[in-house]
Amino acid sequence: MAAPESFANTGARRLLIASVLGYLALFLLLPVAFILQQALAEGWRTYAQAARDPAARSALGLTLAAAAIAVPLNVVFGAAAAWAVAKFEFPGKSALIALIDLPLTISPVISGLMLVLVFGLEGWLGDWLRARGLAVIFAPPGIVLATLFVTLPFAARELIPLMAERGKDDEEAAVLLGADGWQTFWRVTLPEIKWGVLYGAVLCASRAIGEFGAVSVVSGHVRGRTNTLTLHVEALYNEYHMSAAFAVASLLTLLALATMALQAWLDRRAATAGGPP
Amino acid sequence: MSIDVRHVSKTFNGFAALRDVSLRVAAGELVALLGPSGCGKTTLLRVIAGLEAPDPGGSVGFGGALAEARRIGFVFQHYALFRHMTVFENVAFGLRVRRGPRRLDEAQIREKVSALLRLVQLEMLARHHPHQLSGGQRQRVALARALAVEPKALLLDEPFGALDARVRQELRRWLRRLHEELRITSIFVTHDQEEALELAERIVVLNQGRVEQEGSPAEVFHRPASEFVMNFVGSVNLFHGRLVQGRPVFETAPGAPATRFCSRPHELEIETRRDGGSSLPARVVRVFDAGAHVKMELRGREGQAWHVELNPERYRELGLRSGQEVWVRPRRFRVFPAGDGSFPREPI
Repeated sequence: MAAPESFANTGARRLLIASVLGYLALFLLLPVAFILQQALAEGWRTYAQAARDPAARSALGLTLAAAAIAVPLNVVFGAAAAWAVAKFEFPGKSALIALIDLPLTISPVISGLMLVLVFGLEGWLGDWLRARGLAVIFAPPGIVLATLFVTLPFAARELIPLMAERGKDDEEAAVLLGADGWQTFWRVTLPEIKWGVLYGAVLCASRAIGEFGAVSVVSGHVRGRTNTLTLHVEALYNEYHMSAAFAVASLLTLLALATMALQAWLDRRAATAGGPP
Repeated sequence: MSIDVRHVSKTFNGFAALRDVSLRVAAGELVALLGPSGCGKTTLLRVIAGLEAPDPGGSVGFGGALAEARRIGFVFQHYALFRHMTVFENVAFGLRVRRGPRRLDEAQIREKVSALLRLVQLEMLARHHPHQLSGGQRQRVALARALAVEPKALLLDEPFGALDARVRQELRRWLRRLHEELRITSIFVTHDQEEALELAERIVVLNQGRVEQEGSPAEVFHRPASEFVMNFVGSVNLFHGRLVQGRPVFETAPGAPATRFCSRPHELEIETRRDGGSSLPARVVRVFDAGAHVKMELRGREGQAWHVELNPERYRELGLRSGQEVWVRPRRFRVFPAGDGSFPREPI
């Protein structure tokens, strides 16, 4: 009893909390507030105009489309990989786990360059693609591929430990009760990991929306066609359209805040999962 | 349904969990697989359930049931209840996943699950989730869920392992009654000899992946096939000596190979005087006088520890107290072939 009390009585506690809050305010709250303030600096109308600008809307559309394709694919991949890793023994298992982490360890710019080397006009598949009139690099498909690549690990990394910790008793019980593989997955596995799946999806989505480096390499910056929101912010900024840049940036920030709120809610849900609905 | 295990071996990454195990379980029998942890008993149960494939050459046969009716109920050590489902839905699972002509409608499922919940005395908790139940209740849900598919055989992995002593006792009696009522062929795995002796009709003792002995509880207890079995199903006192005309002689003959004599605590005689070469000197270290028998701990001249159980009359007649010097004589003993199944541990 004595130790916590004496700890509480020292100024250390207040100092610690004050410095943490100060740090957060300086490096997190202030920039976010600044973005909003700058976005609205020239009045609400400029803000609305910037957000209504066709180039901005096309960028928003491309960003959301890339996320909408990358998230479901990577969640399905993550669930399959987690299932394989947690339930079966096979050669190359640890190599697979390491490989899943690859997009996290290499710089996004390198990821983009790799795509250019494969799909670019001078790349391995360049002639083949050109012969069929297909454009990947400097076109939306390249953006989607880059987004897929950089967001690949998120769902898998969330689900592998979850599945490993659960073990396979429940699935074995279901099979012995007469369920087939499909019924076992839908009725037993998925309901028990659904919060993890959603959490992985949110992580994946926030990364997909915020990705800059890899898409920047493959995009070609064609305004209204291959610019994502982050690239659009950069373009506006480079052209000294400050309040427009900040307006679009504030849009991105709002998306980020929304996913963060979703994340926090899922976290709480996952912590109480298994409880009565 | 009878179960016929033929020459089953199972190797995991070079570790032999089962070595050529053969076993027949008659229809309606209640059999215990008994052994220390790592002896292969759970692996054997999982092979019988079809959760593990035996190494080539081994097989598990089921007699007296058509192929499509070979349903097996399995109760996992940690129950493996579905956490996101209520007790009712857990029990109903096996009925809901049925397809084809055997599919039941909702009313039939309700009726059947309710009957099962009555059987395991959990009707009141049908709407609860597993995490709201005690260990004993979860165990009974797991059992009801396994029984819902009308299994022809019931396999239980350490069914009482995770429960406290009092609940174990109750569930053990309850399970015995249930088995007498339903007569489903049942195999349970345990490392607790008392549980096996009390519950099973037949015991199969496993050691290092092999069947060490099988027989009725009385056979296994009174006529153990090896020192390992004798030690595993009860306490053992160990004496080193020579066998002369059927009697143990403890007079030391230097260099002569010693024979190991094994006796249960109630098979030892305590005397205050020496009886030729057949008794050994010892000192009374401790006396436990609370119980149906008087238990004593003795220490021999060479530091051997012996445990003795006397009836209270004999104890009073001898007038023993701790610290006293006495003579110990094994009234009954067993000698096992050396090196065969001997227990690696000295009796405590």
